[in-house]
Amino acid sequence: MSTYTTDFGSIEDFRTGGVMAIDDDPKNYVFSNIFEVASKAKPYERVAVGKNFEYVIETIRAEGTSDWYTCAHDEFILAMDNQIKVELIKLDDPDAAVDPESEGAVKLSGEPKGRPMGWAKLGRGHMCILPVGAAYRVISEKPATAILQTVEGQETVQRWAEICKTESLAQA
Amino acid sequence: MAMAESSFAGSTPSGADLQRHFGASAADNITGYRSFEAGSFKFRRDEYFAHIQWPGGIHQMPIDVFLRALMRDVAWGFFYGTVNFDTVFGTINYYGEVDMFAGKTNEAFTSVGRDFTERFQSDELMATFKDMVSDWTNEGYDPFAAPQETGVPWGSKNGDNEEAISRERVTAKRMVGLPGDTPVRTDDNGFPVNRMFADVEQDQPEFNVEPGFEDEFSAFNLFSYLSRSDVTWNPSVCSVVNESLFCPTSEEFILPVEHGNDRCEWFLQLSDEIIWTIKDGSTGRYRAQVIAKAGDICCMPADIRHQGFSNKRSMLLVWENGSPKIPDLIREGKAPNVAVQF
Repeated sequence: MSTYTTDFGSIEDFRTGGVMAIDDDPKNYVFSNIFEVASKAKPYERVAVGKNFEYVIETIRAEGTSDWYTCAHDEFILAMDNQIKVELIKLDDPDAAVDPESEGAVKLSGEPKGRPMGWAKLGRGHMCILPVGAAYRVISEKPATAILQTVEGQETVQRWAEICKTESLAQA
Repeated sequence: MAMAESSFAGSTPSGADLQRHFGASAADNITGYRSFEAGSFKFRRDEYFAHIQWPGGIHQMPIDVFLRALMRDVAWGFFYGTVNFDTVFGTINYYGEVDMFAGKTNEAFTSVGRDFTERFQSDELMATFKDMVSDWTNEGYDPFAAPQETGVPWGSKNGDNEEAISRERVTAKRMVGLPGDTPVRTDDNGFPVNRMFADVEQDQPEFNVEPGFEDEFSAFNLFSYLSRSDVTWNPSVCSVVNESLFCPTSEEFILPVEHGNDRCEWFLQLSDEIIWTIKDGSTGRYRAQVIAKAGDICCMPADIRHQGFSNKRSMLLVWENGSPKIPDLIREGKAPNVAVQF
């Protein structure tokens, strides 16, 4: 019976594919690699790697302790390689921290006021909700990659020309 | 062959004439299979093939290819945009109404006016498609499964497999694992780890929830969840931010359809590798090959069709914007076919 090895990739060890154009522009595919993006990012920069109208997928390089963030809607975080810890606080007054009509994450200044909701240690493939009305921060002892399902906001960094492949793969 | 029929003509607010003739025969004396009619289309299967007939044309597909595609079209509720069963036959979803076509997305047909399309009310055509996949699927064959994990579809009528074909697509309301939402998969609820994902860690996140927040805060192992999927090429909603839908899925062998989405669609390769063949959505002309390895993320433009090939079973995050406004915006030229321009 065959044995199989599942390749997940990581910030320390990743390979990338690409677009082999036949009659198209590779830029149309907005092709990047989340580990490559994280490997070159500053800690906790929220770099957009996917955008679909107002919605985005952001990649972060988790390293050290992040600032506190909150949001007027749910977000989700998915750990992609090394372990990260997420801490949550239920805000006493969420509307004072973030406009309830706003979109995307908002960075808070200082410690948020509220009650501890809990924490989660997320290893590779673990997903956690960052619920509306809560503040959260991420802690990681060593560089780790995570993605966020969210909406474009003031913290979203867009540098598509830097992160995306623009040339066709060489024909084999 | 005598068909049990129901038929009347109708039109809808869309202005398109709706076909409302549907029929199904008794079991054939030789093969044991029923034949079906929907509008002017006729469907028949024999030991190896599905035969499709319409005014002015006929088409044949290997029955395994046809059943895998038909199963996805049924399970996805005609999905987003165009579901090409192959280069000739397929459906286009108008969300409440659906086109069934032959040659409409193949320039060899359209350039000489040999393409043929009829429109149906979605639930009425769906009923015929469900009857067809039910009757044409034999005992031991699972059209959702990878070829190495199921029996064969060939031969005369031999029982059925209702349990396999009646699976429902998972759609979490907020996130898998939250109280009252879609449950995680375990051995105990009938989802063993797939043979190709035996090395995937099955640990669950260590987390602590303060009293009173049990319904608001949760975490789960998505990769474990995907390693236990019993179907292939069947995206399921696992987390939701308004209309942003994370629809991860496990993939092995070939995407059974050439999917021509009516909006941009993103793929984040969570594990292993998929090679995508990209063709023009309208003509079927080749445009590109996309090679996606673990961690690669890319967008499928709104004017293409794609088909994936995955040798080792892999995990893919399909990311959709479920807004019902997008297809019209793209058709009217108010939204680009490409998600990001730089």
